[in-house]
Amino acid sequence: MTESAQDGEYDAWLDSIESDDGYYLECSNGHGWLPPRRVCPRCHDQDLSEVGLPESGEIASHTTITVPTPQFEDDAPYVTAIADFGPVSVTGLVRDVDPEDVATGDVVGIDVGERVTTGERAVVFRPR
Amino acid sequence: MSDPRIAGASVTHFGKHPERTGRDLFAEAGLEALSQSGIDPDDAEALYYGNFMGELAEHQGHQGPLMAEAIGLDVPATRVEAACASAGTAVREAVKTIRNGEAEVVVVGGAERMTNIGTAAATDALAIAADDLYEVRAGMTFPGAYALMARSYFDQYGGSHEDLAHIAVKNHEHALVNEHAQIQKEITVEDATEAPTIASPLGLYDSCPITDGAAAAVLTTESYAEEHDLDAPVAITGTGQGGDNLALQDRPHLAQTPAADKAAEEAYEDAGVGPDDVDFAEVHDCFTIAEVFAIESLGFYERGEGIAAARNGETTRDGDRPINLSGGLKAKGHPVGATGVAQLATVAWLLDGSHPRADAVPDSTVGVAHNAGGTVASTTVHVMEVQE
Repeated sequence: MTESAQDGEYDAWLDSIESDDGYYLECSNGHGWLPPRRVCPRCHDQDLSEVGLPESGEIASHTTITVPTPQFEDDAPYVTAIADFGPVSVTGLVRDVDPEDVATGDVVGIDVGERVTTGERAVVFRPR
Repeated sequence: MSDPRIAGASVTHFGKHPERTGRDLFAEAGLEALSQSGIDPDDAEALYYGNFMGELAEHQGHQGPLMAEAIGLDVPATRVEAACASAGTAVREAVKTIRNGEAEVVVVGGAERMTNIGTAAATDALAIAADDLYEVRAGMTFPGAYALMARSYFDQYGGSHEDLAHIAVKNHEHALVNEHAQIQKEITVEDATEAPTIASPLGLYDSCPITDGAAAAVLTTESYAEEHDLDAPVAITGTGQGGDNLALQDRPHLAQTPAADKAAEEAYEDAGVGPDDVDFAEVHDCFTIAEVFAIESLGFYERGEGIAAARNGETTRDGDRPINLSGGLKAKGHPVGATGVAQLATVAWLLDGSHPRADAVPDSTVGVAHNAGGTVASTTVHVMEVQE
């Protein structure tokens, strides 16, 4: 089986999360984004620097998905959420909690896990 | 500058057509639109064609010239892709081409073949309208994305799944007389609230179906229409398009659609009308919550007030401003690349009195079509008016 190519800075970003050294990119005006970025889409600033990602975030919205794509067939039902980490928000899978118990405002930490169906890496949130 | 007149329009039946290719579906719609227009096909000068998932569903790229050939045209042909707003964006290109004097007759259309690949593969194909790295890999599906937006709306403004159910009930009822519609079946609020969940809080009846179908329209100048004595009373008087961050996580609001705000503002200004002048609208209700976002962005309701419009009967066919008299994407169906032109055709038919639901808006003069791509990262709005 041929090994998949790395997706540049995205995989490097996952590596940083896995090694508890997660970061985001911040422009001179304090707008936060996830890599890869060459420019801040909000203010056009190209002076982006890496800033440490806060250890915990807060769930802004969530959904329990019961009709998945084939890449998540064996994962379903699963919870996908957007969590706010200060200047940046991240989309990930919520694990280690009953889907019925996930709520807006829940505090979560960020990690990297594997999809049940494919074994590929994915952003995972766990309750804190 | 001439506002384009709609000289002819056609849509195929929307639904499951397992034996029919995309090119066959588009040929049906395109040839009928040309025939209705009364225009000699040799006078057509360009084709703009919307399609989203042709590579995945039919292993077919480069569909512009293929579809021109399918309707017997030898013209420059361009496929336009903006996810579910592909056809609306194609309309915008056609309008600009006529307005800037490059052509007097332009064919615009779209088609999508979706049911042949099955629900799982179609869900996968639709998902690629989202950000692959940060959304699709986190399990985001299209219903899932709108579910995140719906929950955020409920948290911010209030509203419930039962409010959304009233939108589904309304659009199913509207589609009952639409022979092109995929679903002609009345449902109750209880049917909708008790249906299986797809992505909480959205259930089966909050979601539009997976659909095969095509639509086409022939646009021309006012002078060409007069010179050739065409019956083309409806003009596209305003066009607008807006954009937003592709990924939901990068947006300041999950419960608003600023791309549609921008498109509506531009289209209204272009036409010289405002929300109060609009008699009815066909909006992009791929999910029930999407209709709420649309009618708020179009300025018909303040933020947080659109959720109750269907429940209050304001957007039903006997309400003050009917929304989705065709049945909308929800009941009419959503062959992704065709939807924007199907909306254009519906608005034209409602304005000229030939649509089976035209009796709901008998004296109307202004209609609007709102076509959204992805989680509203692309949106077009077109204003159509009856000309004297």
